[in-house]
Amino acid sequence: METALKTENIEKYFYDPVRFQVLHHVGFEVRKGEFLTMAGKSGCGKSTLLYILSTMDTDYSGKLYIDDQLATGKTLDELARIRNEKIGFVFQFHYLLQEFSCLKNVMIPALRLGKRSVEEIEHKAYQKLEMLGMKEQALKPANKLSGGQQQRVAIARALINDPLIIMGDEPTGNLDSKNTQIVFDIFQELARTNNQTIVAVTHDNDFAKKSDRTIEMLDGRIIN
Amino acid sequence: MSGINSEIAFTYINTNRKLTAVAAMGILLGMAVYIFMNSMMAGFGKMSDDSIFKVSPHIRIFNEQKISQPIATDTHGLSLLVNPKIRNTQNTILNPNRLMDLLKRQKNVSIVTPQVSQNVFFNMGMSQLSVRAVGIVPIEAEQMFSISESMVEGKMENLKHNLNGIVIGSGISEKLSLKIGDNISVLSSKSVSRIFKVVGIFQLNNKKEDDSKAYINLMAAQQLLKENNAYITDINVNTTDAYQAKYIAPQLAALAGYKAEDWETANETLMAASKMRKIIITFVSTTILIIAGFGIYNILNMTVSQKINDIAILKAMGFEGRDVIRIFVTQALVIGMIGVVLGVLVALLMVNLLQKVYIGGDIGYFPIHFEPLKFVQGIVFGLVITFLAGFIPARKAAKVDPVSIFRK
Repeated sequence: METALKTENIEKYFYDPVRFQVLHHVGFEVRKGEFLTMAGKSGCGKSTLLYILSTMDTDYSGKLYIDDQLATGKTLDELARIRNEKIGFVFQFHYLLQEFSCLKNVMIPALRLGKRSVEEIEHKAYQKLEMLGMKEQALKPANKLSGGQQQRVAIARALINDPLIIMGDEPTGNLDSKNTQIVFDIFQELARTNNQTIVAVTHDNDFAKKSDRTIEMLDGRIIN
Repeated sequence: MSGINSEIAFTYINTNRKLTAVAAMGILLGMAVYIFMNSMMAGFGKMSDDSIFKVSPHIRIFNEQKISQPIATDTHGLSLLVNPKIRNTQNTILNPNRLMDLLKRQKNVSIVTPQVSQNVFFNMGMSQLSVRAVGIVPIEAEQMFSISESMVEGKMENLKHNLNGIVIGSGISEKLSLKIGDNISVLSSKSVSRIFKVVGIFQLNNKKEDDSKAYINLMAAQQLLKENNAYITDINVNTTDAYQAKYIAPQLAALAGYKAEDWETANETLMAASKMRKIIITFVSTTILIIAGFGIYNILNMTVSQKINDIAILKAMGFEGRDVIRIFVTQALVIGMIGVVLGVLVALLMVNLLQKVYIGGDIGYFPIHFEPLKFVQGIVFGLVITFLAGFIPARKAAKVDPVSIFRK
């Protein structure tokens, strides 16, 4: 079984206002094509862990492997390239670039990667939007959409480079139950049919229960 | 890759048109004023230099009068010479023709002409006027000082043909009511009296010169001093580039063995004033341009703060620090470019309009010229300031830690 993500003995401290250990000896593996959720009370360190996994937070000790490559110790620019190519993000607050159309928002990561022509990227962006039922809204500016619609566009954006891992920080935290169900179904579909790995932080127990595996955290430790 | 960076930059510019316009307006004004003031300064400088060249050669070679020195001093250090005086015989140049030949062969030297200056009295009935009579070789002096350009009556050529001719300043002509063709009795310091005929009147718009200067033939000047034709007090030299004169003068001094004074030294007070003017204008115009730069800096700083979420998202999606810098520097440069182009157009317009304004008096038309160098300087300087004004906020944006934004 191939691993998409692996951590070894990750520890992290916060220094402000006082020195405080947020993560203790965190070590686990995520298989390719697995739909993993991380649950726990707020303040248990699950979001902190996610940002370490995402390579955006580099201030930790221990080791992080992405796609069997050691990510720990790489430069910020190298990590940015890894994120661009291998990781897609979905945030709690949709975080689209408000001044751009939905289509442009979806295209941006692929334009940054620069591996395909603009026409190909546009075609692909339409495909992703269609998959999420957002094709009709493609040319609308991002700020004209509802929250649920924006989140679906954000997911399409996370998918544009066909990333190895899709990470979500409370991806349904701001959505009603209907939209939550839609997002869950999309994630499950991606894991099953595209063999893409999902790592999502949530405090929605129903959402966690339905996923392939849940890592439960308490006070900076994995307890289950 | 860079395509998406500039696309984002242009989108920000487009959605913030008002701010962009304000910042560009700042650069526009800064550029226009910078180029305009510097062009005006160049125009003034050229005008003032031109008026200097009507009376001063680029380099004047003469024998400086020195106090007599004792040949030897006694062992107690007392001078053997009491009451030392200026040696009067020393103010001529020895073997001037050979020296002039030598000077003419130097590179960078365009005109070499001899001159004999003396103070004389113009006697007209009861009235007497002290005048500085300058003995010249008319053709060469004409080349050097362009006397014809300031002639109000008569012709410089007539001096060449008439050994007893004299060209006088307009002030003298007024005071003694002398007209072309009138005769005037001239008395020299060696008590030689001679009648000259007025063949020309010049007006330099320089009151001191107009009131007390007259040109006569070199030979007449020598005769007034009871000297032979080897008696030369000054050798005037023009160089191919007037602004190199101060470097060439010491070489000529070493070559000739006499003092060589360049025009900038001879007109020290004028030069100091123009230097002051230059410093003030450079300082003011540069400051204005820098203030315009602050405008861009402010607006970009604001944009960075407004777009801090966007920056965090872009970084999360894999944009590197240098991509973020490019986005904001592009934005600054576009604003700067708009400002610079429009500023240059406004400056061109202002220079063009002012060139046609007639001031009158000594100045004539407003002394402003189209100075390509000043335009290039302004453009380069404007773009450098824009770049810096954009780069500083852009670097701040590049350092944004996305995690700290997402965790809020």
